[in-house]
Amino acid sequence: MNNEPIIKCRGVHKWYGDFHAIKGVDIDVYEGEVIVIFGPSGSGKSTFIRTINRLEEHQQGTIIVDGTELSHDVRNIEKIRTETGMVFQQFNLFPHLTVMQNITLAPIWVRNWPRVKAEAKAMELLEMVGIPEQAQKFPGNLSGGQQQRVAIARALAMEPKIMLFDEPTSALDPEMIKEVLDAMIDLAKSGMTMIVVTHEMGFAREVADRMYFFDEGKIIETGTPDEIYRNPQEDRTKLFLSQILQH
Amino acid sequence: MALQTPQKTETTAIPFYRDERVLQIAAQIISAVLIFILLYWAVVNFLRAAEARNMTLSFGFLKEAAGFPISNPPIEYDPSMSFARAFLVGLANTLIVSGAGVVTATILGTLIALARLSSNWLMSRIALAFIEFHRNIPLLVLLFIWYFVVFSFVPPIKDSLVWPGPIFINKRGIYLSWPRLTETGPVFLIALGIGIVVAIAAFSILRKKRQETGKKTYFMPVSIGLVVISFVVGWFLAGGSPFWIDTPSLKGFNFQGGMRLTPEFAGMYLSLSLYTAAFIAEVVRGGIQAVSKGQIEAARALGLNQFQVVSLVVMPQALRIIIPPMISQYLNLTKNSSLALAIGFQEVFAVGKIAINQAGRAVPVFALIMATYLSLSLLTSFILNIYNRRIQFVVR
Repeated sequence: MNNEPIIKCRGVHKWYGDFHAIKGVDIDVYEGEVIVIFGPSGSGKSTFIRTINRLEEHQQGTIIVDGTELSHDVRNIEKIRTETGMVFQQFNLFPHLTVMQNITLAPIWVRNWPRVKAEAKAMELLEMVGIPEQAQKFPGNLSGGQQQRVAIARALAMEPKIMLFDEPTSALDPEMIKEVLDAMIDLAKSGMTMIVVTHEMGFAREVADRMYFFDEGKIIETGTPDEIYRNPQEDRTKLFLSQILQH
Repeated sequence: MALQTPQKTETTAIPFYRDERVLQIAAQIISAVLIFILLYWAVVNFLRAAEARNMTLSFGFLKEAAGFPISNPPIEYDPSMSFARAFLVGLANTLIVSGAGVVTATILGTLIALARLSSNWLMSRIALAFIEFHRNIPLLVLLFIWYFVVFSFVPPIKDSLVWPGPIFINKRGIYLSWPRLTETGPVFLIALGIGIVVAIAAFSILRKKRQETGKKTYFMPVSIGLVVISFVVGWFLAGGSPFWIDTPSLKGFNFQGGMRLTPEFAGMYLSLSLYTAAFIAEVVRGGIQAVSKGQIEAARALGLNQFQVVSLVVMPQALRIIIPPMISQYLNLTKNSSLALAIGFQEVFAVGKIAINQAGRAVPVFALIMATYLSLSLLTSFILNIYNRRIQFVVR
């Protein structure tokens, strides 16, 4: 592991009009690390993860991804987006394209791969997430869990260096959460750098290197899963954990 | 599985008047019989009444001389020609005003929708004002505003307004400078036509090749280049300009040359186009906005550029929402052209109305008019539905 973080955030602020959504976040992520961000809704955790690939613009501070600083330069933004894959809560698969076309769209049009190469890569990824037989179907015909696994494959097809997950299991039925988490755990164990916004504490315990607790747009507490679960320092962390771990 | 056997034996035991299958078929038969009786009664009654009043229902009169004039017929016509010919003149006028209206309303409506969606406050407000004004005024009122109010402010022929072009506007209509083909002009058109066909083929072949091989094939600049080249080549083959500009000029008491749009046509065309454009703008805006924000975010997160986001993700999804209501708008526009009767633009309905007065054959004339609109509408929706079916999702 080299010493320069692959993602470096310093004093990141974000306002929506008068609402101060993110109040100075500093995070370093090193290659191969798995970071879990959790916290109450409205704490700015989703907004923060979306600033990393510029789906939200930060107004103050610096974000450097893989040596490229996020600025108003369109070329930088597109470069960073090709290096970071993102998985959304609502899957956001393209309903007018088949599973195969969903996955090969960006490799063909952004990476300029020949179709055959893109399709081979797509099949490989579909095998990995366990649904190669769904390749020619349209997203509307798949279950939520299958759709989310396609979404993971779609993001991975660009061979990103970093994967961002924005509450990937929150819109799923309970029995489908496991199949998606299993795919994510495999990915984490393969050495992918990941930032995951989630409340799946089992997942965090198994693969997270560090956890960040967000509240009111700030990092309240950080530590390894062990430190956070066994011995949280802040009252707010304790309260939040007791609420989500109770049931 | 085991439950099915006892259920089956039970169904055979249902008396017929409680069996839903029997009841469904019985309902079908009874309603069919009732409708048939009603239709039979209506037709017989109608025929008897027609006979009693000596109304002939034949279309034989169509061959007789019409005997009434039609101002500015788009195809050759004089009162000695048949009713059928007069009807054809009306149909031609309907097709011209609807065709021009559909094209203008689509282009204008799309532009207004884009302005409405733009983040530019002023543009968006102007578009909103346009839409609300035209959507909330009856078309007939709009037609009268253009025909009676606007054209009443237009100067008489001697003091025509002159717009760049030159375009002359006066009480007799709008006189446009109009490009007309020279003798070698068709050569140019053929060359340009071939160029466009080749460019479209090149676009799809090169785009396909780009997808297959991943190599840049420059399908966009190449196809645009092909059109430009065929334009230039055609120009040279035609031995100079393929067009000459027919400029209207005042000769004595009237303008000669150019393209004349009568006030009736101009009023009808403008109000139909503007009115329908307002509805089309809302249809297009709705279609674009129906594509969820998440789709655009997902496309961006994959690194697609702005143009690719629109052409590969937004438009394919928006079009499938836009096309069906767009078909309705086209049909409405065509049917609304019958309001031209109110300002004396002689399209098919206005001609039909005169024919009723002249020949006294209300029933066949109305049958003809209805059949005309019906076939125009069916033809339009048939063609557009083929396209629509092609772009709809295969979901199951």
